[in-house]
Amino acid sequence: MTGPAIEMAGVNKWFGDFHVLRDISLTVGQGEKVVICGPSGSGKSTVVRCINRLEAHQTGTIRVDGIELTDSAASIRAIRSEVGMVFQQFNLFPHLTVLENLMLGPVKARGLGRREAEARARHYLDRVRIPEQADKRPGQLSGGQQQRVAIARSLCMEPKVMLFDEPTSALDPEMISEVLEVMTGLARDGMTMVVVTHEMGFARRVADSMIFMDAGEIVETGPPEIFFSAPRSDRCRKFLSQILHH
Amino acid sequence: MPQHPRSDPREIPDPAGGRARNPRRLLLPVSLCLLLGGCASNTSWGWYVINPMTPNGWTNVKFLISGMGATILVSAIAAAISIFLGLIVALPGLSANRWIRLPSRIYVEFVRSIPLLPMLFWVFYGLPIVLKSMGISFPIDPFWGAIITLAISDSAFTAEIYRAGIQSIARGQTEAAQTVGLNYIQTMRYVILPQAIRRILPPLANQFIYIVKMSAFASVIGMQELTRRANELVVTEYRPLEIYTLLILEYLVLVLAISTFVRWLERKMGSDERG
Ligand SMILES: Nc1ncnc2c1ncn2[C@@H]1O[C@H](COP(=O)(O)OP(=O)(O)OP(=O)(O)O)[C@@H](O)[C@H]1O
Ligand SMILES: [Mg+2]
Repeated sequence: MTGPAIEMAGVNKWFGDFHVLRDISLTVGQGEKVVICGPSGSGKSTVVRCINRLEAHQTGTIRVDGIELTDSAASIRAIRSEVGMVFQQFNLFPHLTVLENLMLGPVKARGLGRREAEARARHYLDRVRIPEQADKRPGQLSGGQQQRVAIARSLCMEPKVMLFDEPTSALDPEMISEVLEVMTGLARDGMTMVVVTHEMGFARRVADSMIFMDAGEIVETGPPEIFFSAPRSDRCRKFLSQILHH
Repeated sequence: MPQHPRSDPREIPDPAGGRARNPRRLLLPVSLCLLLGGCASNTSWGWYVINPMTPNGWTNVKFLISGMGATILVSAIAAAISIFLGLIVALPGLSANRWIRLPSRIYVEFVRSIPLLPMLFWVFYGLPIVLKSMGISFPIDPFWGAIITLAISDSAFTAEIYRAGIQSIARGQTEAAQTVGLNYIQTMRYVILPQAIRRILPPLANQFIYIVKMSAFASVIGMQELTRRANELVVTEYRPLEIYTLLILEYLVLVLAISTFVRWLERKMGSDERG
């Protein structure tokens, strides 16, 4: 079956009486790359976090690879095993070495043998181009290296979908490109990706479709060629002119 | 005056009359007065009573110090139980669901507000009746009465120590653990507790000092520990000032030894550093 990788339909969410997500509907096809942008507080992180149940939505449906996300622990487990996530703050485990960070999920959650898990971990460390850092602690690495470890850690779970929540926002400018290169490579290899980012150069190169959010709504969507050259809504035009002229 | 006090005060046939006339009840206030008075006036100190150079003094000193083992054993077992119980109480207290949080909060607030002595009486005199009515025959002797009371009383504090330690670990750690598929127990076991432990262990070890000091209360239910030994010797020797002075020194040595260990532990775990 090759249905869409992610399907959100009429998703609403409130924090108390604050309506964060308003009727969010979006479809991400297998292998598709979607970039979400929008002003601060518009709900971008919340959308992404709902997809792997770091936040619970209240109405509407979310499906990942055909599995509906419900309150049941089984559906949450099933969906999390298909979805990898990269955070703005990396969230590496500081008490473990890089290698151990990568092996923890495969060994403990998947029951993979240590030997196999280590081979897999080294494979993905190669892929993010820091094989030599395997035995260091996260605290000894630069921000860019830490974020690449975080990407490798997700890849070790062999997810079908990767979510990125502003993966380069916490990085010094000179380290942004090394992370974006890894992500571009991943995109080229056919990974399904949902990326919240303000890196519009990356978006133009990689995105199949763009989503602009404001105040909890999806205001505009479209392929990057059209999105960047001819935004329809005022809000989107204003947002783009702000971030592109910086 | 009984030369050999009964080890189980529950066996006293006429509790009200018997206890009211029991001179031991007056020992604490009287000894305090004596201690203060002894410093203020020139009342002569009778150190002979615990002078290890004399046969009688040496016997007395040995008798006093022989309570050390029981004090340490009761405190250590109570602390071990409390360390385990505290975690069991703390974990639901960290849930996002208020109905899961509630019992934990109630336990902590409730236990924390009971003074140790009434709880000790309740456990020692009351709990056997409760257990019996439930068909459980678990004899609560002074030893286990003291341990149960100290462990429960202390667990409210260890639970708070765990809570603070676990809450000090950023939420992103739990989220990252979830995204790599770990369940709740695995997340605690492999991600949160190993990081929180350096913030948890030193205050936990510190709590041990609290238990050691509070174990003195076990003397009132006949537990043969340091304070009980001192009380019994005072009854026969009539030298409360000197005997209680030595008693305080015994606790001082114990507590100093523990705090030295705590400081060593803090250095070793790097808890004195930030981050
Ligand atoms: N746990 C929470 N409780 C209450 N309000 C929250 C919570 N998390 C987020 N919010 C609010 O929801 C809104 C959307 O948050 P979200 O993090 O999704 O925005 P965002 O688009 O990712 O913004 P940013 O660009 O700053 O990351 C914000 O107004 C935020 O203050
Ligand atoms: Mg965000």
